[in-house]
Amino acid sequence: MLTLTSPVKTWAHLLPAGTKLLALCGFTVLLFALKTPLALALAFGGIALLVASCGAGFAHAAALMVRPLWFFILIVGLWHLWLGDAAGGATVIVRMVTAVAAANFVTMTTRLADMMAVIERLCRPFARFGLPPKTIALAVALVIRFIPVMVHRMAAIRESWRARSYRHPGWRVMLPATLAALDDADRAAEALRARGGSG
Amino acid sequence: MEKNLTHIALFAALIAVLGLVPKIDLISGVPVTAQSMGIMLCGTVLGAKRGALAVLLFLGLVAVGLPLLSGGRGGLGVFASPSVGFLIGFPVAAFVAGLIVERWTTTVGIAAFAGAFVGGIIVLYAFGIPGMAVVLDKSLTEAAALATPFLAGDLLKAGLTALITQGIAQMRPGALLSRPQA
Repeated sequence: MLTLTSPVKTWAHLLPAGTKLLALCGFTVLLFALKTPLALALAFGGIALLVASCGAGFAHAAALMVRPLWFFILIVGLWHLWLGDAAGGATVIVRMVTAVAAANFVTMTTRLADMMAVIERLCRPFARFGLPPKTIALAVALVIRFIPVMVHRMAAIRESWRARSYRHPGWRVMLPATLAALDDADRAAEALRARGGSG
Repeated sequence: MEKNLTHIALFAALIAVLGLVPKIDLISGVPVTAQSMGIMLCGTVLGAKRGALAVLLFLGLVAVGLPLLSGGRGGLGVFASPSVGFLIGFPVAAFVAGLIVERWTTTVGIAAFAGAFVGGIIVLYAFGIPGMAVVLDKSLTEAAALATPFLAGDLLKAGLTALITQGIAQMRPGALLSRPQA
């Protein structure tokens, strides 16, 4: 499974995950408190500098991760131009892009295992209510293992549909796919129990 | 215990797969992702508690950086994007959908449609629209106007969720955890 962590090793990869997450929280709160375009532009410049300091390849990947926002940028841009409030529109767009880019920066510079360690630490209080961190780790492993299995299964269902019909299978693959997921869950539960259970 | 765990994990994987499978053309030509249908199915098939936990597990994996949201999005950035309200609403939507199927003892298909509609549309939009309003700095009415184009697709997904849930009830009555001994 591909993660969004950048394969390009940078200085930011060396910082502890917990510190980066705390800094991100503080930064995002601050960002929504900033009202003037100049302050927001400075914040955006700061994040851009951070990204640029990690090299061109890293910056390119970071730019690709912000691209899905184009739809909102277009809508907000047109909206504010129509209202004749270009400065207001720029404020909203810059704030949104900066917040997303900052969060992506943390994601890109933190390995999945380190992120999981933070989650496990945060989940420790839940152990009292019968949800030990070990169980959460097992659930995560199951999800990651079964995603490719299901993608494969769905392709197989679609192909067997095509073998029987000229028509496009469309949503009709959903029922067999959901049934297969339920069956897989039963079998995985049996296998777990046979190996000593999950707890 | 193991059964709960594997069902939650497998349905979290199902939500992810429905976002990865590029398009299941609901209306010909318009590529609508089936991911929100996965949220609805978690509730109507697994029931309120397990459904909400499956969605939470999925969101946890997105937050730690797996690109599992439709369009290959993921990471902490999506929680700062205009979609944040919808993401926060996902587990609540699954919970409400599950609760309705569990409590309303009518035909599975009807209860599942009601659950998918109330949970997956009304509750989800109630979280999603304020989220868009805050991030995009718009009023609630303006944000609601931005969300309406998706209403038709979501209605269709609620209908399909009902059909699929009913299909499971007919083929594997024991597997429908939202309706024990159905």
